[in-house]
Amino acid sequence: MSYSFFSLAREALRGHVGWRPAWRDAEPQPRYDAVVVGGGGHGLATAYYLASEHGMTSIAVLEKAWIGSGNAGRNTTIIRSNYLLPGNEGFYELSMKLWEGLEQRLNYNTMVSQRGVLNLFHSDAQRDAFARRGNAMRLHGVDAELLDAVQVRARHPYLDFDDARFPIRGGLLQRRGGTARHDAVVWGYARGADARGVDIVQNCEVTGIDVANGRVRGVRTTRGDIAAAKVALACAGNSSRVAALAGLRLPIESHVLQAFVSEGVKPLIDGVITFGAGHFYISQSDKGGLVFGGDIDGYNSYAQRGSLPVVEDVMQSGMAVLPMLGRLRVLRQWGGIMDMSMDGSPIIDASPVAGLYVNAGWCYGGFKATPASGWCFAHLIARDAPHPVAAAYRLDRFARGALLDERGAGAQPNLH
Amino acid sequence: MRIPCPHCGERASEEFSYLGAADPVRPAADASAAEWHDYVYLRDNPAGVMREFWHHVHGCRRWLVVARDVRTHAISAAVDAGA
Repeated sequence: MSYSFFSLAREALRGHVGWRPAWRDAEPQPRYDAVVVGGGGHGLATAYYLASEHGMTSIAVLEKAWIGSGNAGRNTTIIRSNYLLPGNEGFYELSMKLWEGLEQRLNYNTMVSQRGVLNLFHSDAQRDAFARRGNAMRLHGVDAELLDAVQVRARHPYLDFDDARFPIRGGLLQRRGGTARHDAVVWGYARGADARGVDIVQNCEVTGIDVANGRVRGVRTTRGDIAAAKVALACAGNSSRVAALAGLRLPIESHVLQAFVSEGVKPLIDGVITFGAGHFYISQSDKGGLVFGGDIDGYNSYAQRGSLPVVEDVMQSGMAVLPMLGRLRVLRQWGGIMDMSMDGSPIIDASPVAGLYVNAGWCYGGFKATPASGWCFAHLIARDAPHPVAAAYRLDRFARGALLDERGAGAQPNLH
Repeated sequence: MRIPCPHCGERASEEFSYLGAADPVRPAADASAAEWHDYVYLRDNPAGVMREFWHHVHGCRRWLVVARDVRTHAISAAVDAGA
């Protein structure tokens, strides 16, 4: 059913008895043209665009738990396209453009809110670096504004501008950046894919990938074997484990990233703010909680929970830039497992196994990339050629020396 | 998480810095580009017990090889990397 003002009014008048589930909880079939492994935002977006853009309908999305139970449900919901490197900026800007039309396209309220993303800087040198990034963005046709301290104070008077160690000198603002409702993104893509015939199969863990003569034949799952000529992995956090089922080793380590939400308060923080002298980012959800996070814990982890030293570090960073944070209680804290790639950038590519495609290595930037990731991955799967906007995200870039190291940290995943 | 340093005893993980997997073996200087690529970039990344380098940088300053289950952070062994 289509959602509209009229459907809402009709259901309100008749006691909301007419609403139907937004997608079917499908039973797995023995054969599909393509199987997407991973029912997070990226996997569901991939299935949606395979169906809507490339006319493929014999598709299953296999999810080991329930859809959106991994990192799609664990992030801080920030969307932005403020990257420096040419291989990244065009891709994230495609994602931003898809975000801007997502609700109309999906007929689903994903609560995309372009409330602005402001990166604070704290020294002359950092101003120069941010000005350079802003100029790179503008050369790609993306909005970027360099604000001085007076302009930042007008937007956010509650920041600690005169901190002796980290005075705020200004910030780089992308007004089109903001936040989206993470669960609604999952549900909206699931609904759109389902409506086009995609089977969304939950509680179905892939336990094996059948390969014969260098070509993929299908997958083995906890709910039976499924034949498919094309198998697409979109299971970031566990990419190494699943790719290993086909004998692949990836340039990825799994690390845990924590996030936090405070008790709900009245509207307080307008937009997304990031601290430039540490690693800290904060916004306010529509429910009123302040949503914030910082660094990864720094060592390999498949535990979906974090360690206390990093909790302390995030709180210290928060207090350094936003002293009023100390008056609030933390309501919840959680951890998600990140695919930390060797250069800090993702992978969207075919693999050495014919018919097996890899979408991985999102580090902690996966949420904002959801629409473009699905768009480009679907293009790759349907046409067996990389999408031009994702052409830098090749698996062999490490062997070719064509790294996309936005941070300049080298092959040390815990530093990206 | 607390790491049992063989020299200093059990210490908080904040005293240590982390390098990563201890199993990859550094190729010879004249090894092929493919061997260097595998060593520098590819990882097993197991969801289980992993042997990894930790540097007791705020303690004895020795490099350790720690066997840790990355699902639970349970440490089953910690030895000096030179041992």
